[in-house]
Amino acid sequence: MGVLDNQFLQLQQLQDESNPDFVAEVVSLFFADSERLLNDLTRALDQPTIDFKMVDSHVHQLKGSSSSIGAERIKNACVAFRNFCEEQNIEGCMSCLQQVKQEYCLVKNKLETLFRMEQQIVAAGGSIPMMELSF
Amino acid sequence: MTTTNGVASLRLISDEIDGFDLSPSDTEEVHVLAVDDSFVDRKVIERLLTISSCKVTAVDSGRRALQFLGLDEEQSINGFDGLKVDLIITDYCMPGMTGYELLKKIKDSSALREIPVVIMSSENILARIDRCLEDGAEDFIVKPVKLSDVKRIKDYLTRDVNLGNEGRGINKRKARESCDLSSSPPSVITSSSSPSSPSSPFRSPSILSSSAPCSPPSTLDSPTSRLKMTISD
Repeated sequence: MGVLDNQFLQLQQLQDESNPDFVAEVVSLFFADSERLLNDLTRALDQPTIDFKMVDSHVHQLKGSSSSIGAERIKNACVAFRNFCEEQNIEGCMSCLQQVKQEYCLVKNKLETLFRMEQQIVAAGGSIPMMELSF
Repeated sequence: MTTTNGVASLRLISDEIDGFDLSPSDTEEVHVLAVDDSFVDRKVIERLLTISSCKVTAVDSGRRALQFLGLDEEQSINGFDGLKVDLIITDYCMPGMTGYELLKKIKDSSALREIPVVIMSSENILARIDRCLEDGAEDFIVKPVKLSDVKRIKDYLTRDVNLGNEGRGINKRKARESCDLSSSPPSVITSSSSPSSPSSPFRSPSILSSSAPCSPPSTLDSPTSRLKMTISD
């Protein structure tokens, strides 16, 4: 399963000369949003009595934003996470939280690398070709 | 290439027709109010709408949407009917007021009920979709929203402006009845599975779109194509 799915390509298609930083901006919002949610989740699962509705709500938000930028693996990890919330399964939730964090780190690394490479290309005088959607 | 007067003038006319813009004139850009509590989604929908030549106001809650529309009891913006809203597109799951509740409030308001409302949701729940459509939503988009979704909505919005809104409610009910009899399966499609990434619970695009390759039996699929089909009949 890819780290970034078609939705990411869709976002890249929305970037142009008039909005050259669109993808970077969306991704920054995503990073900020996710880090906040992951902190909230960690805290929520650390409570003596766990409010599964609240946990589920955070996961739902994370699932939504990761879906919007095409972070497929995070999204799928969130789906599993929500199932455990529904079952009120603490261990399942903890394990999912770990997985979501890992997937998030993976996506973050990939995206940061991508942006760095793009910057290097542009700085060296090149340009980034627009990807063509073939579907 | 022969250039008799007849041929030359025919070409001129067809050039004019080609250049004729069916969408609202430049002075009347479609103004969309987008409602979503997610930063990421707000940014994306804003860009999708802007790139589709719409003017966008994006707010983060149903409450703020109602304030903007002048409906909020506590903070109504008196006399502010300057910025006409042509379409409201709202997320379903929001804290405080859901998109469905916002839909109801808008449809209950004599001032605002004519404004088409589109609901977006990350969850493809048929009962939810049906309820929204039955209670007045124009369309229901399953997230993540794509450019094709926005284009589709803008197209039929523009067309409705040109054709008038008569009988839309009746057509919708009639169309939905025939949809129940149709054999098209209720989809539980997730965006990651299908290569064509359908973003609406029923397959788009509309049958009236010139680029649509879909076969006639599937025309009942999209709520919007059902609407358009009955209007054009």
